[in-house]
This record gives sequence, C-alpha cells and structure tokens, in this order.
Amino acid sequence: MNIGLTLIGQMITFAVLVWFTMKFVWPPLTVAMQERQKKIADGLAAAERASHDLEAAKADAEVALKEARTEAADIVAAATKRGDEIIAQKKGDAEVEGQRVLTQAQAQIEQEQASAREKLRGELAGLATLGASKILNREINADTHASLLDDLAADLGKA
Amino acid sequence: MASAEPAADGAAAQGEYIVHHLTNLKVGDGFFSLHIDSMFFSIALGLLFIGVMSYVAKRATSDVPGGLQNFVEMIYEFVDGSVKEAFPYVNKVVAPLAMTIFCWIFLMNAMDLVPVDLLPWLASFVGINYLKVVPSTDVNITFGFSLGVMVLVVYYSIKIKGGGGYLKEWLGHPFGYKLFPANLLLNLVEFIAKPVSLALRLFGNMYAGELIFILIALLPWFLQWLLGGPWAIFHILIITLQAFIFMMLTVVYLAMAHEHDEH
Repeated sequence: MNIGLTLIGQMITFAVLVWFTMKFVWPPLTVAMQERQKKIADGLAAAERASHDLEAAKADAEVALKEARTEAADIVAAATKRGDEIIAQKKGDAEVEGQRVLTQAQAQIEQEQASAREKLRGELAGLATLGASKILNREINADTHASLLDDLAADLGKA
Repeated sequence: MASAEPAADGAAAQGEYIVHHLTNLKVGDGFFSLHIDSMFFSIALGLLFIGVMSYVAKRATSDVPGGLQNFVEMIYEFVDGSVKEAFPYVNKVVAPLAMTIFCWIFLMNAMDLVPVDLLPWLASFVGINYLKVVPSTDVNITFGFSLGVMVLVVYYSIKIKGGGGYLKEWLGHPFGYKLFPANLLLNLVEFIAKPVSLALRLFGNMYAGELIFILIALLPWFLQWLLGGPWAIFHILIITLQAFIFMMLTVVYLAMAHEHDEH
C-alpha cells in the first residue's frame, strides 16, 4: 500500500512541523503570555496597594483630625478658664479698690465732720461769751469763766 | 482506492492522485451541489471556536487570567487594536465580526497543516472516498465569507448614509453627477472587485498551498519532510497572514461604508 508510505512521509513532515513549533513558535508565545500575566498581576497588586495606602491615609487623617479637635477643645477650655480667672481677679481688685475708696471717703467725711464740729464749737464758745457779755452787760473775764464756757461748748457739741 | 503509486505508475496515476485530493465530497450536481466536506469542517471549526470562546467567557475572571483566558485575551487585544486603528466609528458589530472572521478563517487554514492524506485515509475506513479537509480551499466557502461581508457593507452604507445618500455615492462619485454613467460603471467594478478579490485571495493562497502539499506527497516518502517541513513552517505564517488580511479588509470595507464623503 503506497498510501501507507505516503502517509508515513507526511507524518514525518508533520513531526518536523510540530518540532519546529515546539522549538521556535511556542516558547516566544509562552513568554509573551507569561509577561502579560505578570503585567496584569502587577497592575492588580499595585491597585490593591494603592487602595491599602488610601485606607491608611484616611485612618491617619482621621487620627490627626481627632487630635486637632481635642487640642482645639483644650485650648478653648484653657482660654475660658483664664478668662474666668481674669474676670474674678478684676472683680476682686475692683471690690478692694471700691472698699478702699469708700473707707477713704468715710474717713474724710468723719474728719471733715470733726473739724466742722471743732470749728462750730469754737465759734459757739465765742458766740456764747458774746451773748453772755451782752446779757450781763459787762465784760466777763474770759480767763475766770473759761472752764464754764468750755463745759458749755462741750454740751453744745453733744447736742 | 484511487490513491497512486507515484514513482511506479507514472504521470497518469500522479494526476489521478492530485485530482482525487482536489475533489470535494459532494451531493447534487452543478450549481445545486453541496460540498459536504467543506460544510462539515467549516461548521465543526466554527463550533470549536464558539465552544472555546464561550467556555472562556463563562469562566472569565477579572483577576490574573489563567492559560486559555490569557491566550484568548491576547487574540482579543490584537483584534481589538487592529479594529480601533482601521475603524474610527462606533459600531458594536465590527469588532466581534473581525474576531470571528480572524479566528474562524485561521482555524480553517490551519487544517492545511494536517497531513494531506491523514483524514482522507481515516475517512476511507467509513466508506468516504473523497475528502477535502481545508474549507478555505473551497471557493464556495471563501465566497460565502466575502458575500456576507458585502451584505453588511451594503446594509451599513444604507443605514449610515440613507438610501438616497448611498445612491448619490454611486452616481456622483468620483467625477460628479454630470458623468454619472462613468461613475456607475466605476463603482460597479469596484463593488464587484471587493468580494471577488477578498474571496479569491484567500482561496488562491490556500489552494496553492494545499496543492504544493499534495505535490510534496508525490515524492518518495523518506524525502517528503525535506520540502514538506519548510513548507509547513512557512505555512504557519501564510495561514495567519491570510486570516489577518481577510479580517483587516473586512474592517476597512466596513469603515468605507461608514465614511461620509461630503461633495
């Protein structure tokens, strides 16, 4: 059967083709496919990493924000406290000052009262002496009656 | 058996061997004949293509693709890139069509690499005496493809430009309306040349390749690999190139159908 031999010849040809394909066609194709696979894997990994980074950055931002908020609250609280302190201090100062002014004023008033009284007392003694001399129509010896007149002036001062 | 003993029986037997290998298994006569072998192998290869594609598509993962999916994606990227380059319009049909044409024609052409006597020899055991295993060496198959493409070209020409616009292109191109008979004639020649050249280019290349395989098969069996090996290796290039050319020309013809020529 010649077709058998022809067929064997063709099978040898086919084997040559298969050998060539295995040797020279398949490897570059495999390499290209592996490269493509690697590229995709790398891309996916990069995307994964980027999403992780984003997550971490978000968390960091959250923490920083929280810290900032706490700090701000602390600052506000401290400022409020300090303000209250200043107000309280000023209030105290004002009270003390007021008290001092009041005391001073009272002292002055008392002093002026006393001096006015003293003055009045002196004038009254003079007036009384004058009045008495007019009533008696003679001169009273101021020296002899001084104690009497002083007593009178003191009584008037009490009145 | 119609096979020959090439060295011993002389020219007549060799002729008989060649003719036998170039004869289709068919039913019917003349125009109404049906080439069962071409039909069988083209449909079988089409089903193989559909099967592999749907297998991959159903198991497709957006993770790192495994072997087969990776391979299919490589072909897909290659076809998609070629289509994007040659077809700057929006059309959902063109890329899948190009992919189908490329893969299907490649598979049909690849049947050329199977030893020419292997499948006919196997078929002879079940009583089939004629078998042409490469569907793209059958002019019916290649014309089937190219006429299908032309139907799409006409369909999209009318769809994009409207019936009137398409008619204007036939009458007013390339010389203007005054010379409309000349335009009509030129366009007719161009229109017919497209499917004919598309079909005959593929058919001619594959038929010639197949014929050379058959001629090589007439050599003494221990010498065949000397010529057959290099020819088969060269054929890896040819079958891919012919499938690619058919695909690219299809895309280009469809791009021309989408082209709006302002005059």
